[in-house]
Amino acid sequence: MTRPLLLSGGRVIDPRRDFDEPADVLIQDGKIAAVKAGLGAPDGALVRDVRGHVVAPGLVDVHVHLREPGNEDVETIATGARAAAAGGFSAVCAMPNTDPVTDNQAAVGFIVRQSARAGLTRVYPIGAISVGQRGERLSEFGEMVGAGAVAVSDDGRPVVSSHLMRTALEYARTFEIPVADHCEEATLASGGVMHEGLVSTRLGLKGIPAAAEEIMVQRDILLAELTGGHVHLCHVSTRGSVELIRRAKQRGIRVTAEVTPHHLTLTDHACETYDTHAKMNPPLREAADVAALRQALKDGVIDCVASDHAPHAYDAKEAAFDDAPFGIIGLETAFGVVHTELVLNGVLTLPELIARMSSAPAAAFHLPGGTLQPGAVADVVVLDTATRWSVNPATLLSRSRNTPFAGRTLTGRAALTLVGGTIVHEVEAAPGR
Amino acid sequence: MTAPLGKDLVGLERLSPDQIRLILDTAEPFKEVSERPIKKVPALRGKTIVNLFFEASTRTRISFEFAEKRLSADTVNVTASGSAVQKGETLVDTARNLEAMRIDMVVIRHPSSGAAAFLGNRIRSNVVSAGDGKHEHPTQALLDLLTIRDKHGKIAGLKVCLVGDVLHSRVARSNIWGLSKLGAEVGVCGPDTLVPRSIEELGVCRFRRIEEAIEWADVLNVLRLQLERMEMGFIPSVREYYRVFGVTLERLEKAPRALTIMHPGPMNRGVEIDSRVADGPHSVILDQVTNGVAVRMAVLYLLAGGRPELADAAKRGAE
Ligand SMILES: [Zn+2]
Repeated sequence: MTRPLLLSGGRVIDPRRDFDEPADVLIQDGKIAAVKAGLGAPDGALVRDVRGHVVAPGLVDVHVHLREPGNEDVETIATGARAAAAGGFSAVCAMPNTDPVTDNQAAVGFIVRQSARAGLTRVYPIGAISVGQRGERLSEFGEMVGAGAVAVSDDGRPVVSSHLMRTALEYARTFEIPVADHCEEATLASGGVMHEGLVSTRLGLKGIPAAAEEIMVQRDILLAELTGGHVHLCHVSTRGSVELIRRAKQRGIRVTAEVTPHHLTLTDHACETYDTHAKMNPPLREAADVAALRQALKDGVIDCVASDHAPHAYDAKEAAFDDAPFGIIGLETAFGVVHTELVLNGVLTLPELIARMSSAPAAAFHLPGGTLQPGAVADVVVLDTATRWSVNPATLLSRSRNTPFAGRTLTGRAALTLVGGTIVHEVEAAPGR
Repeated sequence: MTAPLGKDLVGLERLSPDQIRLILDTAEPFKEVSERPIKKVPALRGKTIVNLFFEASTRTRISFEFAEKRLSADTVNVTASGSAVQKGETLVDTARNLEAMRIDMVVIRHPSSGAAAFLGNRIRSNVVSAGDGKHEHPTQALLDLLTIRDKHGKIAGLKVCLVGDVLHSRVARSNIWGLSKLGAEVGVCGPDTLVPRSIEELGVCRFRRIEEAIEWADVLNVLRLQLERMEMGFIPSVREYYRVFGVTLERLEKAPRALTIMHPGPMNRGVEIDSRVADGPHSVILDQVTNGVAVRMAVLYLLAGGRPELADAAKRGAE
């Protein structure tokens, strides 16, 4: 029996109920017990004074790479969950491109157990679409879902075979899980290390054209239409993709999409000094793409923000651009980056951002949480939207340091993160009393 | 006094027109050194230079080596095969090792774009790019500029067209920067598979037919066509390439004026260039090779802190 917890005096934002008012939030037995102004603290309750802060559903990240099993020196489920908690996330979905690949019920069960053992942010496994992510034979979706998988994806690799993608979308319908695809037409993208455009021409680096993504986005939309399956498009990066998704949604096709904080805020100009922290896949695109992605996130054409947290060894990025691996970490900077660049610049309202980072991703992946409705699981974040802080890679909790936001001053961060009513992260000295 | 070129020379994109002119002017007195019976000046005596070639390149390496030796530097050649080692890791470790050995200068050729800057940012020694990936080959463009200036007495106002595989060419990129900065008009000619669309945003004229390029230009700089491009599907065949884009005598004879013909070498005779053109009266291909040594002497001399006005004196020191 844990003590009840009262979050007192905050601005409570619950996008799913269109709720945005000053109120107290009472948490009891791991659930939201009440949300109301002027709630008294029950006997023995812990009280946190969160005046001046925002109380929201815990953030949800449907796209992270936690590297366990296989690369535990770079990240583990526990260190990843710790970083996620610090970033305000109460739930994350771990991609299956581990070593060995998470493509069966035993591997899925391992992640569920490691997550429970860590006892921090919930880590939901995503199973592989194909055995070994080899793009040939379907993995056992049913058994993986039985063991705790919430989606399937071959992320890290695109699904090359349209036939495989079709059968995955059809087969996934039985289990009501999304099929998440990394959209990249392999022959067009082959050998590319950054966005194809003027900057790649100047730098003499092989480009990845926007069409490499858009061809697969459109293919997946057509297959979702054909099958009635739910396709989730990972890390959308181009304005062309945005238009395709917009039209698909207008036609009622079951498509959801995510965008990363870095694709919302950085362009291919970040590659100009051959900074390998600007090397990611999909690559950073152009200003017009960034503008389209922002608008799409606002309009709900893109459902959610996902970090694509991709840790790499501290020296892996110490290489020539061609030789460095793709990807950056993002769990601890995601909220701060998007809040600073989009909310404070007037692109999104704070409730919109919270929706795109909690209720919408939870809905897309059918996860619990994402709401402060009484009776719901008490996955909650208290956001300090005023504090300015500087991104110092050395003090991040992730086991890796590969962030392009090093040295950036951000406004806003998680002050308190709750998972099932348990405090998994709390900034010292604030906001308690 | 700060070094006139900064610490490293990794490309021409970030050099000012004055810096480029300074290198060309400094090369002038060094040209003569190579014409002397004793081809040596003491300008870099006691300096150690490592020629670090991660990619085979006989001609550029030899040119740098001659330049270094004629400046009396102590040189060491290191050749590493890019495929035999993990390129990235080696580069970091190489940088650390060079730093530990207190080398004065490093000349680097590397298959990865940005490798020269990568090294320059990690060691105190001066770094000179001898070509990095598809990025830049600054000393090649400098020697091209010097050769054009020798031949035409100026660069500003000339129309210079780069012909061929611009997409994969570091020579092309460095030439575009250098020529534009010195006031030349730059054209590029080749099939769209080998010329990136965005190149036009750099302010160059785009020609899709070699006949139009020839009619327009004063100078043709014919790029080497790597034969592997055909295998990678950029062009259907070498024969067709020569037929459509080859710089032939017949095509040049239709030109309104005699065109200066350049090629960074090594040439594929009968692929991108007709032998009769390469060996013809308007070819300055061998002058380019000669100028390569002088330009590289100038670059090394200036990076080592040599003062431009003393280049003449340095030369006289050998007398
Ligand atoms: Zn991906």
